[in-house]
Amino acid sequence: MQSMSLDPAQPSAGPAADPVTVPRPETGLSRQSQPVPRTLPSAPERTLGEPRVRNAAITSRMVSVHYGAKRALFDIDLDIGRHEVIALIGPSGCGKSTFLRCLNRMNDTIEGCRVSGEIRIDGQDVHSPELDVVQLRARVGMVFQKPNPFPKSIYDNVAYGPRIHGLVRTKPETDELVEKSLTRAGLFEEVKDRLKAPGTSLSGGQQQRLCIARAIAVQPEVILMDEPCSALDPIATAKVEQLIDDLRKNYTIAIVTHSMQQAARVSQRTAYFHLGRLVEVGTTSQIFRNPEHQLTVDYITGRFG
Amino acid sequence: MTNTPQGRNAHTVRQFDNELEALRGLVLKMGNLVCQQIRDAVEGLITDKIALAKMVQRREDWVDAMEVEADDRVVDLMVKRQPVGPDLRAILSLGKSVRDLERMGDEAEHVARAALENHERSSGMKPSAELLRDIGPMGELAVSLVEGSLRALTRLDEAEALAVTRQDDQLDSNFRAALRRLATFLMEDSRTVGNVISTIFVIKSLERIGDHATNIAEHVIYLIRGKDVRHLRSSEEVQKVLNDADA
Repeated sequence: MQSMSLDPAQPSAGPAADPVTVPRPETGLSRQSQPVPRTLPSAPERTLGEPRVRNAAITSRMVSVHYGAKRALFDIDLDIGRHEVIALIGPSGCGKSTFLRCLNRMNDTIEGCRVSGEIRIDGQDVHSPELDVVQLRARVGMVFQKPNPFPKSIYDNVAYGPRIHGLVRTKPETDELVEKSLTRAGLFEEVKDRLKAPGTSLSGGQQQRLCIARAIAVQPEVILMDEPCSALDPIATAKVEQLIDDLRKNYTIAIVTHSMQQAARVSQRTAYFHLGRLVEVGTTSQIFRNPEHQLTVDYITGRFG
Repeated sequence: MTNTPQGRNAHTVRQFDNELEALRGLVLKMGNLVCQQIRDAVEGLITDKIALAKMVQRREDWVDAMEVEADDRVVDLMVKRQPVGPDLRAILSLGKSVRDLERMGDEAEHVARAALENHERSSGMKPSAELLRDIGPMGELAVSLVEGSLRALTRLDEAEALAVTRQDDQLDSNFRAALRRLATFLMEDSRTVGNVISTIFVIKSLERIGDHATNIAEHVIYLIRGKDVRHLRSSEEVQKVLNDADA
């Protein structure tokens, strides 16, 4: 694990929640007599930790999502800090991917999906009628679980976005941007002699880095990653994780992952979702050393509540 | 609340809980052995029972072997489970406690060696009962500290752990008082110098045992609370840090 600060954030005490006496987070070790009772909020309605940050690239307030009659997210307040990697973790169906997809309005494409609440990117409301969703998705890029290069050459995979967004006009400009993007994605050296080869001819890990190059070619502010390494082997995973860390200097990154170790390695903050609620958010160091909520403990230690 | 394997606190991989519990069992067993070592070493010294001191020396190998075994299990759990959160804290705390127990075992062995050296002195050169007077009570207090730290580990009991840190303040003050008292022997009769020095080493060992018991108590507090309370000046400061964390 990366080096971590020694100062775990303490949760702010909210006046609304009525604290109920519940035992503290436990280990696999049982207490062999009466436990010492402590007060912790037992209901997941109120997020533990600090969901807001000072220098936020993205702010979300009271974000709820319904798929038809089914409610998938409950009043999520969560900021994503600039040049920060935030890891969204939680069991399948907890709403973490749904939340991620709200951030660039990918949920718009799903029939029967309603998003309420407010999401702002650099202060601008993503649901504002003036906002062009194509422009939004250029500002908020996305990398998916399975690498999905276009059925085009490596070069065109990267050049396509900048061309349609009018970021490049001439061939030399395009060449330069393609090289820069591939270099940033840590792929250029491996593919520079076969830029005309199809993107799909690359290995899985290379394809994923190609998708990241494609995402950064349009110069986004934010990159969303939905389990970007789940289809990759450990070496390709390590390369992508290294890349995430390098990209952090220039971008804001939100990553959904099922790998606790990956969340601990790549992120500075971690948010734990459970049944559509944001249960706890804190520094990654605090979440993985000293989580406050029993549900967080149960999940990260491999117990399920 | 439930602590049964079927309850919410059971790991999906139940083997993990079993292995963690087995590690704690080993640490507690080692702790009980170390307690016995301290008792026998102190009794061997103040009653000049050579057999007890020799027994302590033999059993020192057992303590060392248990340390190696426990460390091996700690590494094994780390490799297999990559523990996080409270599990990580439990394994780290148990691993560190093992180290402290091993050091206590060493201190007990030093006391046993002093007992053997005293025994080998000619009758006129043996330390007087008056000179050894502090060792009995300090030994009892040291053992009670170790027992308290082991109870804290058994029950994951913060109050018990805090009691250990308070008792250690007492042991430290007993140590300083004994040191002053021993100095008066030297002033009265410089021929006692050998015995006084050897006794000072013994009470220093007992004082160190108290420090190691306090370390274990601090590891237990870290295990329970995730709060590092080491290197604070007094038990009051420890209490204050924990109160502040609660606030």
